[in-house]
Amino acid sequence: MADLSCKIAGIDSLNPFWLASAPPTDKKYNVVRAFQAGWGGVVWKTLGIDPPVVNVSSRYGAHHDQNRRLLGINNIELISDRPLALNLQEIRECRQEWPDHVIIGSMMAPIEERAWKDLAQQIAESGVHGIELNLGCPHGMCERGMGSAIGQVPEMVEQVTRWVKEAVDIPVFTKLTPNITNILWSAEAALKGGADAVSLINTVNSIISVDLDKMVPEPMVDGKGTHGGYCGSAVKPIALNMVAEIARTPETRALEISGIGGITTWKDAAEFMALGANAVQVCTAAMIYGFRVVDDLIDGMSQWMDDQGYSSVEQFTRKAVPQVANWNELNMNFDTKAVIDPDKCIECGRCHIACEDTSHQAIAMNAKPEGGKEFVVIDEECVGCNLCYHICPVPDCITMEPVRTDKPYMTWPQHPLNPMRDAAE
Amino acid sequence: MTTQQAKPALQTGQMSAVAIADNFSDLHPPFSTLQAMAESNRCLYCYDAPCVTACPTSIDIPSFIRKISTGNPDGAAKTILSANIMGGTCARACPTEVLCEQACVRNVAEDEAVEIGSLQRYAVDHLMARNLPHPFKRAEATGKKIAVIGAGPAGLSCAHRAAMLGHDVTVFEAKPKPGGLNEYGLAAYKMTNDFAQREVEFLLGIGGITIEYGKALGRDMTLADVKSSFDAVFVGVGLGATNNLGLAGEAASGVDDAIDFIEKLRQASDKSTMPVGNSVVVIGGGNTAIDAAVQAKRLGAEEVTLVYRRGPEHMSATEFEQELAKINGVIVRYWAKPVEIKANGRLMGMVFEKTTLDASGKLAGTGETFEVKTDQVLKAIGQKIKTDDLAGMEIAGGKIVVDENYQTTAAGIFAGGDCIKSGEDLTVQSVEDGKCAAIAIDAFLKNA
Repeated sequence: MADLSCKIAGIDSLNPFWLASAPPTDKKYNVVRAFQAGWGGVVWKTLGIDPPVVNVSSRYGAHHDQNRRLLGINNIELISDRPLALNLQEIRECRQEWPDHVIIGSMMAPIEERAWKDLAQQIAESGVHGIELNLGCPHGMCERGMGSAIGQVPEMVEQVTRWVKEAVDIPVFTKLTPNITNILWSAEAALKGGADAVSLINTVNSIISVDLDKMVPEPMVDGKGTHGGYCGSAVKPIALNMVAEIARTPETRALEISGIGGITTWKDAAEFMALGANAVQVCTAAMIYGFRVVDDLIDGMSQWMDDQGYSSVEQFTRKAVPQVANWNELNMNFDTKAVIDPDKCIECGRCHIACEDTSHQAIAMNAKPEGGKEFVVIDEECVGCNLCYHICPVPDCITMEPVRTDKPYMTWPQHPLNPMRDAAE
Repeated sequence: MTTQQAKPALQTGQMSAVAIADNFSDLHPPFSTLQAMAESNRCLYCYDAPCVTACPTSIDIPSFIRKISTGNPDGAAKTILSANIMGGTCARACPTEVLCEQACVRNVAEDEAVEIGSLQRYAVDHLMARNLPHPFKRAEATGKKIAVIGAGPAGLSCAHRAAMLGHDVTVFEAKPKPGGLNEYGLAAYKMTNDFAQREVEFLLGIGGITIEYGKALGRDMTLADVKSSFDAVFVGVGLGATNNLGLAGEAASGVDDAIDFIEKLRQASDKSTMPVGNSVVVIGGGNTAIDAAVQAKRLGAEEVTLVYRRGPEHMSATEFEQELAKINGVIVRYWAKPVEIKANGRLMGMVFEKTTLDASGKLAGTGETFEVKTDQVLKAIGQKIKTDDLAGMEIAGGKIVVDENYQTTAAGIFAGGDCIKSGEDLTVQSVEDGKCAAIAIDAFLKNA
C-alpha cells in the first residue's frame, strides 16, 4: 500500500487529510473522534480573544440537488464561542494523547499588533504544530473588522502574517478568502509577510436560498437572514483554480499550499494535490457524512497511487501544474469530435436536443428502419465542445476523439484571423 | 338418521374479514413523497421519449416526472390530465409493463424501468386530494348539445373534452353509477377507496355535463330518439354481452360470467360478504380471467384453477398478471378446453379435454380428458358487442366501424372505446378514443 505520509510547512503528517477549522473541530470530543477515525490532523476551530463570541440559533443553509443530496452548505456561525482557556487546555490534552497527529491552531483578532501577537503566543504555548490565520470568514466577523475584512486587503494580509511570524517560532499558515478579485494579490502578500504556507479557500460569500413562503433568505433567524460562507462540493472548481494560480505563478509558486474547498472524495483530494496542494483540509463532507469519510479518502488514494505506481504523495503533488496554461497558449489547430457508440446508446435523445437547441446542430436523430432511433454526429458541424459527452447518462457511450491533423501548434497570438497578431509572426 | 344439511355451493367465511380486507387493499401502495422524489430523479428526461410514444394517450411523461422532481406535483398532474383525464385510473390499472414502462430507456442500461405508473398516481392523487377548482376551463359556449351513450372511460373522456370545447353534454348510462369498467370491471385491489367514483366527480368538475342514470340503449331509448334531440352523438357502450361455452348445463347454479362475479365483488362494500366457491375454476386467458382467479383466491377459495386452451405465450394477460396469479396460489393449467359441465342439481365438476396444435397449426382436442371438481365456474372467454341496439350503423368483426374521425357509418354518430376496433381493450385506449372523438365532433359541428 502506498505511503500517504506527507510534509507541509515542515510539519510531518500521517496522511494529507486534515479537518478544516470549523464546527467539526470545535472541541476535544470531536477531535478525538476524528483522530480515531483516521484523520491525519485538525485545524482547531478559530480562536479569538475573550470574551468569546455569541452565536445565533439557526446557522446553516443548504443547496440540494433534486435528490436531496447536499451540494453545498452555507453557514453564519462565528468563531469558537467557548472560553479561550478551555480550548487551549483541550488542545494540550489532545497533543499529549495523540502525539502523532497534527493540530494547528486557527486564530483571528482585530487589526492590532498586540492582539495578534498575544493570542498567537498563547496558542503556540498550548503545543500546536502551527498557527493558521483566519482572514476569510465572509459573515459576522468581517462586520467587526476581522475575517474577510482583513483578507480582502493585501497590505493587511501581509501585516498580520508578519506580526504572527515575529511572535512565534512555529509554522504559520495564512488562510485566504476567495471573495477577492485576484487571489495572487493576497497570496503574494502572505508570502511577503513570511507565511510558511497558505490555506485556501475559505468560504464563498453567499445567500443560499430564499424561503418563498416567508420571503426570507435562509438560514432564517427570527424572520431575517444574512449572507454566509458557502462550502461543499459546489465550490471545488473555484478553489481548484485559485490553488492552481498560486502554484503556477512564478511570484507565488514558492508558497506551500493547504488545499481546501469542497473536497469530498479521494479524487477531489488528488486533484487539489496535482494542481498544487501539499496537503488538504476537509470540512463539509465530514459534516454531511461523519468523520468516517476519511476511510475512503485514505483507501481510495492509496489504491489509485498503487495503480499509478506512485509510492509517495510527493510524486504526484503539483504534477498537473505545468499543464495549466493561459488561454492564449492553447493550440488553435487542435480538433476533437464526438463519437457515439450505437451499442451503448439507450436512445434517450438528450445529446440531440442539447446540441440542437443550445450548440451546433451537430447530432442528427434518425429513425431506424427496424424501429428505434440512431444518433449520428455530423462531423462538419461538430466543434468538439464536449456538451453531449458531459450530458450523456451512459458512461463511455459518447467519447471525444481528437482528429489527426498535420497542422502545427498555433496559438491565438499567432493565428491569421487575430487582428492583434504580432506583426513579426 | 340425521340428515346433514348440504353446504351451500358458494360460501362466505372461509377467511377472516380482516384477512380479506387486507387482501383487497392496494395492490401497489401509493408512493410516499420520498419515494416519488427518488424515483422521479431516475427519469432521464428523454427527448422525443419512447414512453410517450408507447402511451395510447401520449402523456408527456418526461415533463410530468420532471415537475414531480422539482416539487411541482400539481403541475405534473395537469400535464397528465390534459392528455388523459382518467390518468388516475390509468396509473392504477394500465398494464404499464407492456406500455410506457416497457419503452423506458432505463430498461436498456439497467433492466429497471422508471416506475411511471406509480409516479403518475402520486401526481394525480396529490392534485385530487387538494380539492382545488377543476384545473381545466371551458371554452366559450357553442350552444351545441352532444349526447354520450355510456358513462364508461370512453364516454366520460369524450364528455369532458366536449365540455371543455364549449359544448353541453348529456350522458346516458344504463347502470346506477358512472365509471363503466372502472367502477364495475377492474380488480378491487387496483381501485381502492372508491377511486372510480371520486375520479368521475373530479372529471365532472369541468361543468356542462349531465348524467342520466338507468337509461339503456334499446331498453329505454333508441339511437334515433337520441340523434333527433342532439347535434351529435357519441356511442361508448363497450361490450355488453359475453361469450358462452356452448355446453349443456351452462345455466346451472354456480356457472357465472367472470365479469358478473367481479362486478358483484366491486360493489360489495364489505368484501367478506361476497360468497365464493371452495374449488373455483376460471376459464380463459385474458386479464379478466386473472382478475377473477386472483380475487376468488383472495376471498378465501381453497383451490382456484385457471384453465386456458393454449399456452402461456398465447395468453392476452400480461406477464405481470400471469405472475400475479401464480404468486397468489392460482393453479394454472394450459392446453385444455372445457367439454362437459357435471351437475347434479348443483355444479359438481368440469371436464376438460387436452388440446394441442395440429399439423396446420389449428387448435385440436387430443381426446384425453380430465375432471376438475368444482363448485363455481367463472367464464372469462371474451365479451362481445350487443348489436341489437345499434341499428343503422355498420358492424364488422364484432365492432362498430368508424373512420379516422371516429365517425360511424350513421351520420353525426361517433363511437369509441371497446365497442370499436382502435387498439387494445384498455381503459387508456378508451380515454384516448373519447378524447379524440370529442375533438372530431367539435370539428364536425363547426363545419355543419
